[in-house]
Amino acid sequence: MLFSKAYVRKTKRGSVIKVLKEHYLRDDIYCGVPGCQRCPEHTTTLSAEPRQTTAVRSPHYIVPDTNILYHQIDVMEHAAFVDVIVLQTVLEELRHRSLPVYNRVRALTAEPARRFFVFCNEHHRETFVQREPEETPNDRNDRGKPFNRRRPIRRAVEWYSAHIDSKRAVVLITDDRANRAKAKDAGITALSLRQYVESLSGFPELVDMVAAVGGDDDDDMDASAADKKFVYPEHLSPTQISAGLKSGAFHQGVLNISAHNFLEGSSMIRVNNEEVIVQIIGRENLNRGVQGDVVALQILPKSEWRSGVSTVLEEEVVEKDDLEEPTTDAATVDKTLDKALQEPATEQELKPTARIVGIIKRNWRPFCGTIDASSVHAGSTSTQMQSVFFWALDKRIPKIRIRTRQAQSLLGKRIVVAIDAWTKNSRYPAGHYVRTLGEVGDRATETEVLLLEHDVPFAPFSPLVLSFLPEEGEAWVVRDDLHLANREDFRSWDVCSIDPPGCTDIDDALHARLLPNGNYSVGVHIADVSHFVKTDNAMDLEARRRGTTVYLVDKRIDMLPGLLGTNLCSLRSNVDRLAFSCLWEITPDAEVVSTRFTKSVIRSKASLTYDEAQARLDDPKMTDSVSMSIKALNMLAKKLRARRMAAGALTLASPEVRFRMENDSQDPVDVELKELKDTNALVEEFMLLANIYVARKIYECFPECSMLRRHPKPPATNFEDLGKALEPFGVKIDASTSRTLSDSLDAAVDPNDPYFNKLVRIMTTRCMMQAVYFCSGTLAEPDFWHYGLATDIYTHFTSPIRRYADLVVHRLLAASIGYDKTYSSELTDKAKVKEMSDVLNYRNRMAQQASRSSVELYTNLFFKGKTVVEEAYVIRILKNGCSLLIPKYGVESFVYAAPVPNQPPLLALHPTMNALTGAGPDGEVVIKLFDKVRVQVTVEEAGVAAAQRSKLVLRLVEPNVPGMCPVVETSTARPLGGAATTPARTTRPAKKPKRK
Amino acid sequence: MSRELLAPEGLRVDGRRPPELRRLLTRVGLFAVADGSAYVELGNTKCLAAVYGPKEPRTQSAQLHDRAVINVEYNVASFSSGERKSRTRRDKRLLEIASVIKRTFEPVVMTATFPRSEIDIYIQILQLDGGALHAAINASCLAMIDAGIPMSDYVVACSAGFASGTALLDLNYIEESAETPALTVAMLPKSGKLTMLNMESRLHLDHFKDVLDLATEGCKSLAESLDEAVRKACKTPRPI
Repeated sequence: MLFSKAYVRKTKRGSVIKVLKEHYLRDDIYCGVPGCQRCPEHTTTLSAEPRQTTAVRSPHYIVPDTNILYHQIDVMEHAAFVDVIVLQTVLEELRHRSLPVYNRVRALTAEPARRFFVFCNEHHRETFVQREPEETPNDRNDRGKPFNRRRPIRRAVEWYSAHIDSKRAVVLITDDRANRAKAKDAGITALSLRQYVESLSGFPELVDMVAAVGGDDDDDMDASAADKKFVYPEHLSPTQISAGLKSGAFHQGVLNISAHNFLEGSSMIRVNNEEVIVQIIGRENLNRGVQGDVVALQILPKSEWRSGVSTVLEEEVVEKDDLEEPTTDAATVDKTLDKALQEPATEQELKPTARIVGIIKRNWRPFCGTIDASSVHAGSTSTQMQSVFFWALDKRIPKIRIRTRQAQSLLGKRIVVAIDAWTKNSRYPAGHYVRTLGEVGDRATETEVLLLEHDVPFAPFSPLVLSFLPEEGEAWVVRDDLHLANREDFRSWDVCSIDPPGCTDIDDALHARLLPNGNYSVGVHIADVSHFVKTDNAMDLEARRRGTTVYLVDKRIDMLPGLLGTNLCSLRSNVDRLAFSCLWEITPDAEVVSTRFTKSVIRSKASLTYDEAQARLDDPKMTDSVSMSIKALNMLAKKLRARRMAAGALTLASPEVRFRMENDSQDPVDVELKELKDTNALVEEFMLLANIYVARKIYECFPECSMLRRHPKPPATNFEDLGKALEPFGVKIDASTSRTLSDSLDAAVDPNDPYFNKLVRIMTTRCMMQAVYFCSGTLAEPDFWHYGLATDIYTHFTSPIRRYADLVVHRLLAASIGYDKTYSSELTDKAKVKEMSDVLNYRNRMAQQASRSSVELYTNLFFKGKTVVEEAYVIRILKNGCSLLIPKYGVESFVYAAPVPNQPPLLALHPTMNALTGAGPDGEVVIKLFDKVRVQVTVEEAGVAAAQRSKLVLRLVEPNVPGMCPVVETSTARPLGGAATTPARTTRPAKKPKRK
Repeated sequence: MSRELLAPEGLRVDGRRPPELRRLLTRVGLFAVADGSAYVELGNTKCLAAVYGPKEPRTQSAQLHDRAVINVEYNVASFSSGERKSRTRRDKRLLEIASVIKRTFEPVVMTATFPRSEIDIYIQILQLDGGALHAAINASCLAMIDAGIPMSDYVVACSAGFASGTALLDLNYIEESAETPALTVAMLPKSGKLTMLNMESRLHLDHFKDVLDLATEGCKSLAESLDEAVRKACKTPRPI
């Protein structure tokens, strides 16, 4: 049977078009209930004997409505929910509302063990409900009365009830009371999710997981009375917002809450085509905005503008945390705080402030954190439902109120909580418990937390992904009959690889050979991952989703399954491996004569560590072919490097550390700084060369859609602070080109302190922009410039095992050289490449941050129970404290004097020069930038209820400022007059050298 | 991909399964003036074809001494799609489609029977919902038969596309506009020979055979329907 769906739609350009769609109704859609008398045999995932509960006595199947799946997906994902019928109407509506949730439901329906069955009610002849004339399709911009999706849902349930035998039942789950009443009239059993979950036995945690968005459900409205008093301004409706955005009254921006102060946010908006950063200060102005939300902003009148607020320090958060316990009168405290925040500044330039008038898109995700112990009613029985507060690990997230029956057992655990809603009369957002990760401070738990917080996909590879591995598994070998087609055979060449010790994923190997004409044949051989990972299969999609391998201190989250990464693709010694080779003829003066790319088969003669290679290099007696080729490579690399440096490539520094672990417990026992040898530079040099030549080649063949990498020039403003700081040392930083910057860095030497130069380089690194992937068709050629490497074009080609971008470049290169003639159209789709590079940039950033957090975690573990006094350098002066770097551990942290009422601050900014002054026992103490000081390092639990990770605390030992120095404290006292710190960015992990 | 063209349950956006055609309606012999005419409705795609000839060519220069010349004019009504669009006759896109149809019929029509004459095919698309080309070819075929022009076989056309890892038969507008690779095939059902194969997008070679097989299957089932339509039309006498 055929129905035509006709409706009128307004396009983006404003013209009205009529849309006419066919809609076929079918007789061959079956109910999915096993043993059904009326439908023919068909495959289904439902079980023949579904569950009974106390609320529904007969065995029954569950039909959730759209709101249940949308708001309560965490509950639905719980293993307790099986034998669920998902209606097509629900799925379609869900897809319009939220693609991520839709995908999660789809994942459930695809998993046979979960027994979720999709019933295509919209195409079933008997359950199709025609839209009434005045109803419009579920389009976001439609003004008319939206199509009531409840009708078809009820119709389908009704059909089911009549269709299946009397022994079994179908239950509609909906939180909409009106819908339940109507269902009852139609003779359908309908329950709210809470009612249903409570009738389930054996899953006590489920009740906690039910989200608080009752909507019309009255029985979970019990916000504490104090909260009721607090009322936020109403958010504007989407139509008002879009009208305001159009007229210029409002501006759209992403809310960015300050890491130091959660009542202070900022947002980058465009005013008159100029990017302006506006501040959003105070609870009222923030108006329920959460970190990362896309919000509509209204700029406040000039009288309310404020000066820069970068000096506000983090202890305020700590203090506030204390004061905002539910027991204190939060409202008044808040007012004073808000007032303090809003005190107008005088001398400095005023910066615009704004308030949030509406939320365009929420950025709520599940948060990791802990329950606030003081909010748990002591002595309550373990199963009593109560409201408790939850602190997210991310300091920018406000505390979340959740309702739980297991408050006692959740204390001291890391749990995951999702925000459900933030109504205008509730001070804090309401959320629900999702799951427990483990004990606070436990290494495995904390590692999982940091992976979750950085959105790193770390689940084991699914069987579907693994099914795309070669069938032979470990026994896979290069076969001449299968693999030699279109490949060159380099197995007799003296190829070797040089990697850090313990490296199992070897993705590059090298060789150099003297040619009869006196030139060298040099080759870089990269693991041919694209041979194993074909475009668009499940393994490829998984690798694309992961984007990169993430290196943590104690483990590695692989991008590709281990069989490929550490075996079949890894260019181990003395086995045949497939490779993608980049071959040059290079003169002894390191001029490239010719370049060639080919797929190949190689057999590495040796996998060396940096030290072994260095030994061969240093030993004149080693004259075997591999050693000779390393020596030749080293000679060429030095010349290439010199030329690159002359062109203005930068040598930057970061205080990288490596942990030495105790073997069995995996506890860090020592920290050592990484050192660089000649051989590191050797490998790096040739990888850069390969990347540059590959970039040129793919750009020549695919000018519109090559995936390249660029490093934007840092704006001059980034160097202002550093320049000012270095002035007293007679050092000038000129960052107009990388060449001048490189020269000024070389000149920044303090003869008294050899570490000074490195310190300057570390700080320069902080001023740099991030290098990013991009699609060549989206930018003009001059913007391809790689500032750090001083090259006009660059890409990533040399690490396909651990970076997805390299895999894409491999495919592009294979298409460029005519090896792959049937490449997919996605490879050359400009929009897709752009989208992919954006995702990869995000993943890389997250991976980097996760690695840093991991180092931070291990640094804290290392210092746990220790008190160390160490040398540190002052790298930043703040109003009442300074930022310190401890070179020995690569740790960076603050020391500052917390303000004590009615007393002059212990440390104050010097009125004229960029330094801190304090009163020492023998007169005034001055702390200048780059001064060497001594500090005491300890670890403390941080945040309320240890919500944050334990953090490093530094206390000034030398110069001696009384009050700033280590004091013996009772365990409960806060470091009020003393010094408290939080670690800022520390360093990278010490696994694989990052080749830029 | 913004839209899901094939749900995991195996249904397409309009409720069909992948190897299913849309509803086909045909009428043969609508116009008294034309020598032959036909109307084909494939789902919401509606197409009218009229054939004049064989007749004396309008211009002497256009004639060939050994066979008849086939002229095709292909028009799309401005009201045929959601947004009103007026096209000129000189529209390159329309001319190209007309030329494709012309070349599709040339090897099948026994042009040698009518030297120094011409056969005109006028095609009008009244409503567009994807698959205009194969609807036009099918309508022209019926109109040619209605005009009594000798052909070696029916010319039946059908399209197939590829999305979500499956070949889809007879794409509608939503499926076509989602950048699905679409292949249109015109086939002689008796011999199984192809007279036209048209694809304007990239499709991986591995999938091509599936798509082609599905399209020819579609042609075969359409051929039966067309044959039935012709036989029915023959039974009802036409007013002269």
